[in-house]
Amino acid sequence: MISLLLILFSSLFFVGIIIRLKAKIAARKMPPVLQPVYDVIRLFRKGAVYSNTTSIIFKVAPLIYFASALVAALFMPIGSLKPLLSFEGDFVFFAYLLALGKFMMILAAMDTGSGFEGMGANREAFYSMLVEPAFFILIGSVALFTDNISFHALFLNFNVDSNLAYIIGIASVYVLIFIAMVENSRMPVDDPKTHLELTMVHEVMILDNSGFDLGLIHISSWLKFSIYGALISNFIIQGSWAFYWQIAAFLGIQLAFSLTVGVLESFKARNKLEKNPQWIIILSAISIVVFLTALIITQKIILN
Amino acid sequence: MHLAIITLSSLWAVNVFIISSKLTLAFLPFLGSTLYLEIDQLSAFFMLVINFTMLGGIIYARGYLQPYLQKKSKTEMAWHFFNYLWLHISMLLVVMIHDAIAFLMIWEIMSISSFFLVIFESGEKKTIKIGIKYLIQMHVGVVFLMLGFILAYVQTDAALSFTGLSVYFSSHNPFWLFLLFFIGFGIKAGFIPLHTWLPHAHPAAPSHVSGVMSGVMIKMGIYGILRVLMVIHHDLFNIGLFILIISLITGLAGISMAIVQRDVKKLLAYSSIENIGIIGIGIGLGVIGIAENIPVLTVLGFGGGILHVFNHSLFKPLLFYTAGSVYNQTHTRNVEELGSLIKKMPKTALFFLLGALAISGLPPFNGFISEFLIYSGIFKSLHSASLYTDIILMFSFAGLVIIGGLALFCFTKTFSIIFLGTARSSKVEQASEVSTSMLVPDFMIGFMIIIIGFIPIVFMNLLSQIILLFSTDVSAIQQITPSLNYISLSSGVFIIVVGLVWILRSWQQKRQTIMQNTTWGCAYTGADPALHQYTSASYADNFVQLSSQVVNVKKDFKDFDEREIFPRSREFATRSSDILEDNLITRPGNRTLFWLKKIAVFQTGKIQHYLLYALVFLALIFLLNYFNLI
Repeated sequence: MISLLLILFSSLFFVGIIIRLKAKIAARKMPPVLQPVYDVIRLFRKGAVYSNTTSIIFKVAPLIYFASALVAALFMPIGSLKPLLSFEGDFVFFAYLLALGKFMMILAAMDTGSGFEGMGANREAFYSMLVEPAFFILIGSVALFTDNISFHALFLNFNVDSNLAYIIGIASVYVLIFIAMVENSRMPVDDPKTHLELTMVHEVMILDNSGFDLGLIHISSWLKFSIYGALISNFIIQGSWAFYWQIAAFLGIQLAFSLTVGVLESFKARNKLEKNPQWIIILSAISIVVFLTALIITQKIILN
Repeated sequence: MHLAIITLSSLWAVNVFIISSKLTLAFLPFLGSTLYLEIDQLSAFFMLVINFTMLGGIIYARGYLQPYLQKKSKTEMAWHFFNYLWLHISMLLVVMIHDAIAFLMIWEIMSISSFFLVIFESGEKKTIKIGIKYLIQMHVGVVFLMLGFILAYVQTDAALSFTGLSVYFSSHNPFWLFLLFFIGFGIKAGFIPLHTWLPHAHPAAPSHVSGVMSGVMIKMGIYGILRVLMVIHHDLFNIGLFILIISLITGLAGISMAIVQRDVKKLLAYSSIENIGIIGIGIGLGVIGIAENIPVLTVLGFGGGILHVFNHSLFKPLLFYTAGSVYNQTHTRNVEELGSLIKKMPKTALFFLLGALAISGLPPFNGFISEFLIYSGIFKSLHSASLYTDIILMFSFAGLVIIGGLALFCFTKTFSIIFLGTARSSKVEQASEVSTSMLVPDFMIGFMIIIIGFIPIVFMNLLSQIILLFSTDVSAIQQITPSLNYISLSSGVFIIVVGLVWILRSWQQKRQTIMQNTTWGCAYTGADPALHQYTSASYADNFVQLSSQVVNVKKDFKDFDEREIFPRSREFATRSSDILEDNLITRPGNRTLFWLKKIAVFQTGKIQHYLLYALVFLALIFLLNYFNLI
């Protein structure tokens, strides 16, 4: 329960910190940290415009997208804090649930019959297909390493106690940061602040959403950021730490993660679109390195 | 008649599960001895699957064949239903008969009756050609099966039956004989590269036939492979690895080729190939589990594979039926000519969506459950497996994930091009919702999909009984039970959250103004945004660029010349063909035909020449004999 509350709490600030930092770096006037929250509250007070072309799919999709992100948050432990739902193989459910949300959003974008939104939908489907193996191989390596297959037990038993385990930790965090960037359609795969619809991914998918639906979509993307942040923090927080240290560490890591995203977005240029597939596949390659390292640690590959 | 068969055989099958042991019935006197129907749990499972799918098929056929009643004579219709009935009976018998000769005969009846079903629209020359292609490939398959049985018989003198094979397998290296059976059954199942009949036969056949063929008939191949595996008890590692590798290739290549298809039924046929791959991955892992003595991998591998047989027999007919309904209304299978059908055929659209979600393996539907079982099996055995097995396991789950992602890509495309957006041709205008009798099977199947997705636990007892035939230790099923309960719970929570937000939104929107307007064209109002909406080909394009090695898409387009200042209008077309089919069937076939034609100069049709050949032959014999060469 506490872990869910922490994730929800940190999600409120996540995007706010990113835009604040980006404004700071660009020497613009900084918006308040809660600016995205104000924006969503304003959206919730608004009516909506639906396209004539759309059908029921377009209306249901944001709900399912939001619900998938929220329920996915229920699976996420923080350190030794138990999540609300935890069972063997929960990460498979977690990943597929997020995929369900994405599936519906893609359909919703196609439902508008707009060429731009089709483009975004197509890219979203394509990139998420490419990034999925990286996540599974990564979790698979940790499962191999700790002999557990639920998020909670997996991270509880993930002890960084040897040099090789550091490799797993560092590589995992690196891969997860970029998986989060791809999943949330951020730099270097997609630039949320670009002005050209032709090069967008996520933003162009939701062109026709408005009012309550758009608010839900925004909240879902905060949640997703926060969930991935929690995932990253689990690789660092040790279950043996004191309770309050774990919470402090979690918040610290979330802050560091959002700052990292802000810095990355300020200084990194977006990939050329056609380079994206290669770039994403590299993440899977790094995950395979993690897998091999796990094989070495479990003494299946015996060196020297 | 169908109903009588369904009732009787289902009773037998249910009985088998209730008494949890084998049921043997005397059937017919055959070749001097009595032929027994032996129904064990595996047969019973397949019988239930066959019956459920056939029931849906028969109901659907009543509505689907309405437009054909004027075109076809009564005899033709009767012949069609006669074959439909025989396909049903023969499939039931295939899973019940263990005697080799009777089995092959029934197998033959199954192929022939399905051949006649495929060529239902025999007015078209193409259909006949496809039918004959199908018939030939089926017979190649039978030859391999026969060879397998005969080889075992000759070497061991044991009975000509599946049980008789065990004598051979216990005393010889099982791999090569298994390979024969795998090819024989694999042609039916559609494992790549034995799949080439599938993408042609399914589109040619009417939808109630393709639904049944894809839903259960190709599973007869899987049944055969499982039946043979049951009598192999040693040297299983190579066999398991072989099945796994073939299945991974089948899954990946199948779905990749599905993505580039434009014909919706051809797309579904390739997706059947992909699902056969997933089933094969489950079975392959199960076999590796037996060989490496990892019971959890065995149980969950076989469990996932077998459950996926059932799942695929639900969502694939559902997709074929709904695609058939679309064809029935629009008379086209080309997705590029469809669009916006969700407004004209809302129920059909929602059922297609249900099938698409289930086939992409998304929760809370049934496809997810079988994939979840396979995943759990893999992840649970990672720690205890050896290095070699671990690497195999990693490739199999990575493969499964990629297949899942590609399926998502494929079915978002298919659903949205057919049902969403705006109409792409005038063929859509006349469409309206199909009759109730065509929707009834959709309801039946949809109900099952949701039941399995939400309460998978009720099927686990049934599954564990089947797995007991392969493994003695099925405790893994008990271990997975809490997870499945949690999945039900999580799915429930998910639905509740969706419901709550829905209520919240209706409450919020009641107080606000909700408007309708055209789609936002990014501030460009010069043309209807719908004119440049995405098509199937453009959706698939970035995937095609990435996987040009696997899928072969040719573009017919002349590029602009530099000196051409005012370009004239141009045409653009894409064609896709199956690389494997081109290289394995068409090209060798053409080459053989080329040489055979050269040889045909000897066939002059003149009696004098033929007499001369005889004379030459005699002279040749004499000469060879004279020089002591023979």
